[in-house]
Amino acid sequence: MVCKGTGCLLSGSQKVIDAFRKEFKKANLDDISIIESGCHGFCSQGPIVVIKPEEVFYPQVEPEQVERIVHEHLGQGKIVHDFLFFDPVTKKKIPHYKDINFYKKQTRIVLRNCGSINPEKIEDYLDNDGYFALKSVLSVTPEEVIEEVKNSGLRGRGGAGFGTGMKWEFARKAPGEKKYIICNADEGDPGAFMDRSVLEGDPHSVLEGMTIAAYAIGADEGYIYVRAEYPLAVKRLNIAINQSRKSGFLGKGICGSPFNFDVHIKEGAGAFVCGEETALMASIEGERGMPRLRPPYPATSGLWGKPTNINNVETLANVAWIIRNGAKKYNSIGTEESKGTKIFAVTGKVKNSGLVEVPMGMSLREIIFGICGGIKDDGQFKAVQIGGPSGGCLPEELLDIPIAYESIAKTGAIVGSGGMVVADEKTCMVDLAKYFLSFTCTESCGKCVPCRLGTKEMLEILTRITYGQSNENDIELLKKLARDVKVASLCALGGTAPNPVLTTMEYFSDEYEQHVKEHRCVAGVCEDLTLIAIKESTCQGCGICIKHCPVGAITGEKKQLHIINTETCVKCGVCITNCPFDAIYRV
Amino acid sequence: MRACERSSREKSDYEEMDLSNLGDIISKHKDHTGVLIPVLQEAQKEYGYLSEGIIEKIAGELKLPLSQVYGVVTFYSQFRLKPHGKHTIKVCMGTACHVSGAQEITGSIATKLGVETGGTTKDGKFTLEAVACLGCCGLAPVMMVDDETYGRLTSQKALKAVRQYKKKDKEEGD
Repeated sequence: MVCKGTGCLLSGSQKVIDAFRKEFKKANLDDISIIESGCHGFCSQGPIVVIKPEEVFYPQVEPEQVERIVHEHLGQGKIVHDFLFFDPVTKKKIPHYKDINFYKKQTRIVLRNCGSINPEKIEDYLDNDGYFALKSVLSVTPEEVIEEVKNSGLRGRGGAGFGTGMKWEFARKAPGEKKYIICNADEGDPGAFMDRSVLEGDPHSVLEGMTIAAYAIGADEGYIYVRAEYPLAVKRLNIAINQSRKSGFLGKGICGSPFNFDVHIKEGAGAFVCGEETALMASIEGERGMPRLRPPYPATSGLWGKPTNINNVETLANVAWIIRNGAKKYNSIGTEESKGTKIFAVTGKVKNSGLVEVPMGMSLREIIFGICGGIKDDGQFKAVQIGGPSGGCLPEELLDIPIAYESIAKTGAIVGSGGMVVADEKTCMVDLAKYFLSFTCTESCGKCVPCRLGTKEMLEILTRITYGQSNENDIELLKKLARDVKVASLCALGGTAPNPVLTTMEYFSDEYEQHVKEHRCVAGVCEDLTLIAIKESTCQGCGICIKHCPVGAITGEKKQLHIINTETCVKCGVCITNCPFDAIYRV
Repeated sequence: MRACERSSREKSDYEEMDLSNLGDIISKHKDHTGVLIPVLQEAQKEYGYLSEGIIEKIAGELKLPLSQVYGVVTFYSQFRLKPHGKHTIKVCMGTACHVSGAQEITGSIATKLGVETGGTTKDGKFTLEAVACLGCCGLAPVMMVDDETYGRLTSQKALKAVRQYKKKDKEEGD
C-alpha cells in the first residue's frame, strides 16, 4: 500500500509505485497487489509505504529502497530494519503502524478509511460498511435522522462550531419546495489540510454524509465547493460521484426509495473569503464572493434565495459513522460540550508533522509533545497558533488546557478549522501576527469599512513596529483598533482577523515592548531590528560574500576572517543566502 | 477596463488570438445559471490568461455588463489579465512555510531573477508568485515550478532548482 495523498505525491510516491511495479515484475510476484491509498496523515514522513496484512510501516521510502523491501520483506518475510520508522522520543525503530506514537494516541473516525482504502474504488468503501448508513436512514423519517444527529452532539467542524443537527432542523422546517445542500470544501486557512486529505483519501464518506443530510432536510440538489488549489480532490470526487450514480447512491430513486438527490462540483477561483457561507453562495451564483448580511440565514434564504444547508467536509464525513454506530457512541467521546473527535493539522517546528484526529478534550501538550514528538532540532517551544488567521497564539502556560470549543475560546483563540502551527524560539510573534494580518488584509473582500480599512491600518502599525519606526502610542492604538474591527465587521473574516494580534499582544507583550522600546527582535526575524554578523569559527575567508554584497559592506583578505561594516550594511541578507559555509547569521 | 490601459502587447495578442474555441466554451454553459466563473476558468485554461478581447466576448455572449465580468475577474486571484512567463514559480506563503523561512526564499529568487513578486522576467521566462497555502505543510517551506514541487527548501536549493530550468531551456535552444 503506497500513499498517494498530495504530501506523499510531492515527496515522490509515484516513483516509488513505479519501482514496486518493476520489482514485482522482475520477481514474478503476481499475488501481491499495490494499493494506491489516500493520505495517511503523517505527511512529514512521505512517501509512506505500508505492507499488509502485517501493517509494517516504511516512511520516506526512496525508489532505490524498493528492491530490498520487495526482496527481503515480501520475498523472505523479513522486515527491513534499516528502513523502519525511528521514533524521536524513544529513540527506537518501530515496525508496526499501530505502535507508532503518532497513530497510537489517535481516535480515527473521520480518517477511518484514509490511507487504508483505495479512494478511487467504491468497492473498497463498500467493503468497509460504506453506504450502509444511507440505506438505513431511508427507512426512517427525516425527523428521526435529525434527532439522531442532534443527540450525537456533532458540531460544525469548519470553525464556528454550530450544532449540526440544529442547523439541519432549521433547513428542514424552512418553507419551500426547492432546497439545497452545500458542502464547504473551500479550505482556505493556511496550515490546514484535513479537508483535502479526507476528500482525497475517502471521498465517498463525504458524499454519503451529504446524501444523508439532503434526505434529512429535503434537498434534491447539492453543491460541493472545492478550492481551485486542490486538483486531486476534484478528480477523486468526480470519480466517486460517477461511481455513486452508477451504483444507485446518487440520482433518481436512491436505493429503490422515492428519494432523489444529485451533486455538482463547483471549483473556487482563489478567494479566502469564499469559505464564509454567504460569500460562498454568491460565488456559486457566479458573482464576486462577498458576504451578505445575515439574517436572513441560509437555512431560510440561501442559494438563489432558497433554503440551504451548508456543512463543512469534516462535519459531513462524521455523519455516516454516527448513523452506523449510534449517537450514543459518538456522544461518549469528547467533553461535556464538545463531542466526538477533531482533526488537527499540526505543522511548523514539530518533529512529526501531519494530520492527527483526537478526541475533544485532549490537551495541547499531549498533541504537540505526545503525538507529534515535540520540537524539531530540540528547539525550545514558544507558541502554538491554533485556528489559522482567525485564531490565536497560545504560550507554554496554556498548553494543558483541554481542546474543546469553549475552553479554547476563553483563551482568545478558536478551534477553528483545526490548523495548528507550532513556533519555536526563532519565530518572532510580532512578525507572526503581521503575517496573519497581511493575509486577512489581502483577502478582505472590501465590502465593509471596519475590515477593509481596519485591517489595513492595523497592518501598517505592525509594519512600523517590525521596522523599528513605532512610538509608544502604537501598542494602545493597535489594541483599540483590533477591538473595533472585531466588533464592527460584517462577517467572520473581519470579526476574527484581529485574534492573532490580540492574543500575541496578551501573551507575548514583552516581545512587543522590545520591538517598540528597544528596537530589538530577539528572534532575529525582523530585518531592520537585527544586525548581520559573521561567525569567526566558521568563516573560511572565501570572499563569496564580498562579491555578492550590493553595498560593499564586507571586507577581508582571502583566507582571513571577513568583517561586516554595520554602518554600510543594508541587512538585505544576500550574503547569508550565498555563504557556502553558513557562517553568516542575524543577531 | 480603460482603453488607455491597453498595452501594445496585449492589443496585438487580442488581434492575433483565435477565439473560435471560446464560442464553444460559452455555448456549453450558456443555458445554465451561475456560469460566469466556470466559463472564465475554462477560457483561461485554453488561452493562458484573460485578454481584453476574451472578457469582452464573454460579457457580450452571456449578456452581462462588462463591468460585472471585469469585477469578477479582478476579485478572484486565480484569474490573470496578463500572460505568464514560460515557467511559473509559486512560493507557498502558508503559515508553516512562513515560520520556516518562505520570505527569505522568495527574496533570494526575486533578487536572482530581478523580478518582484507577481512579476515576470524581461525575457518572459519566469513568473514569480507568492501563493496561498499549497497544503503540503509537512514539507515546508515549499515551492512549485510549473507542476513540479520542491519541499524542505533552503534558498540554495530553491535557486538550484531555478538554475536547472534555465539550463534545460538553454539545452533545448530556447
